[in-house]
Amino acid sequence: MSEWLIQMEGIMKEFPGVLALNDCRFDLRAGEVHALMGENGAGKSTLMKILTGVYQKDAGTIELKGQPVELSNPKAAQDVGISMIHQELNLAPDLTVAQNIFIGREPRRKLRLFLDDRALHRQVKELFERMGLDMDPSIKVSELTVAKQQMVEIAKALSYNADVLVMDEPTAALSETEIEDLFRIIRQLRESGVGIVYISHRMDEIKRITDRITVMRDGQYIDTVSTAEVTTQDIISKMVGRQIYETSKPERTAGERETVLEVIGLNQGRTLKDINLTLKKGEILGIAGLVGAGRTELARAIFGADRIQSGEIRVHGRKVTIKGPHDAVRQGIGYLSEDRKRYGCVVDLDVKSNVAIASYGSFLRPGGWMNTARIREQAEDMVSRLKVKTPHVDQEVKFLSGGNQQKVVIGKWLTRDCDILIFDEPTRGIDVGAKSEIYRLLNDLAAQGKSIIMISSELPEILRMSHRILVMCEGRITGELDHEEASQESIMHLATARML
Amino acid sequence: MNIQIKSGALQQVLALASLVVLVLFFTFSSSNFFQFSNIVGILLSTAVIGVLALGSTFVIITGGIDLSVGTVMTLSGVMTGVCITFWGLPVPVGILGGILTGALCGLLSGTAVSKMKIPPFIATLAMMMIAKGLALIISGAKPVYFNDAESFAEVSQGSVLGWLVPGLDIPNAVVIFFIAAILGYLILSKTIIGRYNFALGSNEEATRLSGVNVGFWKIVIYTLTGAFTGLAGVMMASRLNSANPALGAGYELEAIAAVVIGGTSLSGGKGTIIGTVIGALIMSVLTNGLRILSVPQEWQTVVVGFVIILAVYADILRRRKA
Repeated sequence: MSEWLIQMEGIMKEFPGVLALNDCRFDLRAGEVHALMGENGAGKSTLMKILTGVYQKDAGTIELKGQPVELSNPKAAQDVGISMIHQELNLAPDLTVAQNIFIGREPRRKLRLFLDDRALHRQVKELFERMGLDMDPSIKVSELTVAKQQMVEIAKALSYNADVLVMDEPTAALSETEIEDLFRIIRQLRESGVGIVYISHRMDEIKRITDRITVMRDGQYIDTVSTAEVTTQDIISKMVGRQIYETSKPERTAGERETVLEVIGLNQGRTLKDINLTLKKGEILGIAGLVGAGRTELARAIFGADRIQSGEIRVHGRKVTIKGPHDAVRQGIGYLSEDRKRYGCVVDLDVKSNVAIASYGSFLRPGGWMNTARIREQAEDMVSRLKVKTPHVDQEVKFLSGGNQQKVVIGKWLTRDCDILIFDEPTRGIDVGAKSEIYRLLNDLAAQGKSIIMISSELPEILRMSHRILVMCEGRITGELDHEEASQESIMHLATARML
Repeated sequence: MNIQIKSGALQQVLALASLVVLVLFFTFSSSNFFQFSNIVGILLSTAVIGVLALGSTFVIITGGIDLSVGTVMTLSGVMTGVCITFWGLPVPVGILGGILTGALCGLLSGTAVSKMKIPPFIATLAMMMIAKGLALIISGAKPVYFNDAESFAEVSQGSVLGWLVPGLDIPNAVVIFFIAAILGYLILSKTIIGRYNFALGSNEEATRLSGVNVGFWKIVIYTLTGAFTGLAGVMMASRLNSANPALGAGYELEAIAAVVIGGTSLSGGKGTIIGTVIGALIMSVLTNGLRILSVPQEWQTVVVGFVIILAVYADILRRRKA
């Protein structure tokens, strides 16, 4: 049972401006569970997308059972038996379990005119027996729990005769007992010779279910080790690396300044649990954590973009009710989404409209007419103050680069006089030169007395910019670090605290 | 300098050019077409649909739709009749009552859309039926005549221009249409309503996250559409010197057609008032010209259908290139 199912060698992948994968390798035996680990952005997903035909490699070879294969699209990968179970499930909720599994390949009767539901159910039953799964195939997917839906996804993959399954964070949304069920099925599949790639951040699960671990960092292959022979500490140091990033820490600590924002006992379903935090004047508060830890959800909850179940928000010591973003903005809170094109600016409008959109009320002449001259003036002021690279303020925002779009969004909140700014991944998708400019801007804003919450997945960025760092894991704050005691290792420990 | 401004201008030039080509075509085809009286007739027949289309433009730019404008127009006319004929109120109060009726209907549709989250198509379909039924109930299913208030007919049929400049006998309805268009243009390009209108249509979520109370502004926009609809109802009633509760259904589709021919996108975020004016003119020039060429009415409708396909396809081609 140690025949090689997959051998990937010398895989290179370049995206415009970024070398995403540099000489990466990965292999998989039949009947093993192989963990793929690394920080956010280490290249795990890119490598697996190449294996499942979503992306095309620029160089390197992929061999399937000793034969070189070209996987030019997801269908091609599926045809040779490689399937991916995605984090977000791709099922049609209003169809039944059986209909979902055989969607596009429905068994038909003679003449192919009518569907053969009996054959459909028979095939699904066989499949479920093979997986050791007890589920009624005629029930609608929308009535299943997320865990059960995931089982359906796995069944669907197996129905394509998959012998390589890639699972991306399969336990992210599962409860303890559901995880047990999943592991039972994974073990059963392993017995039957299926090879499973298991992407996860959860160390305890990795230890329990996997046979080998491959670690990646910054688009590079680092090491492959046997799970039985490695310690958690080893894995973390391999993921973080010994490389010391060039950081210039903030010169001052926030110390005993005035508290501008307080969040007390905030809860939101399964995503946020008992969040407490304080933000001081002139402070940059970093929020670190892995993908799915609930950082964006926290930002959106404070900003009123999503409803909260319980909890209190105080601004300048006063309890406030935030029913929607317009209430938050009235309290001087501005939110800068990581997805600027969708949630940050209205890209079809020009620079001046985007700068003014949160504050039109203050640009009105008597009678409700807009004072276009003052809007223009304000926009031009922001463009020069924030050094936005745009030919003029009538330029539509969609023609600006990511960094300049970010500056326009900053200009929007400065125009509104917001003194609490929540930046969600402020430098995502921004090139290196513009990044340092955004950093300088954030420092300037803090120095001018603005208070900043900065969510970031880039540890060097968090370490370099923050006065204080909160680390989140699975919807909770698992620790607070002063910028002096914070290191990549200490953050990673807290970020996986509830998983260890 | 700016590609987008150029292409926006191009869109209007394109629509205007089609209108000019149509006018030239009919002028050369029939000597009866380019006569003062016929041109005035075209403008007059554009006026009511035009005002409806102007109102619809606002909602369509948000990415929504208002199917109720036809019957709300009827209901507004009937309410004007109720005010003037049944209650004997002064004519200006009756006019105001009609406009407010339209605005109230818009307010209700807007509330259903933004607070109850009912899709605009459904919410305004329901309003279409409600207004139709109410118009019949209130009027007793009979036309309401304005015989006791002779000045009311003057609202549409009189000619202030003709009184100012002898010989220039352009009916007031046409003048009201152009004033409404200017008002619409100012609202859309110079006020906060217009700016949020485009912002909502382009990216509602980003607008919401900018702290704009999108629910409130949606209601404002539907109410505005309703007010224009109410005005159209008053104009219609004045022109016929009666409010006929059986008229009006189907007008909403002609209004939407005019908006679309004028280059406003049904997916929201794009559109102009000038485009809508031109769109409405293209529709009535076509109908009028074809009638003069003795094309049977059934075929006129078929031609208008094809023109809608052509206009929108030309717009799609242009966007694809840009």
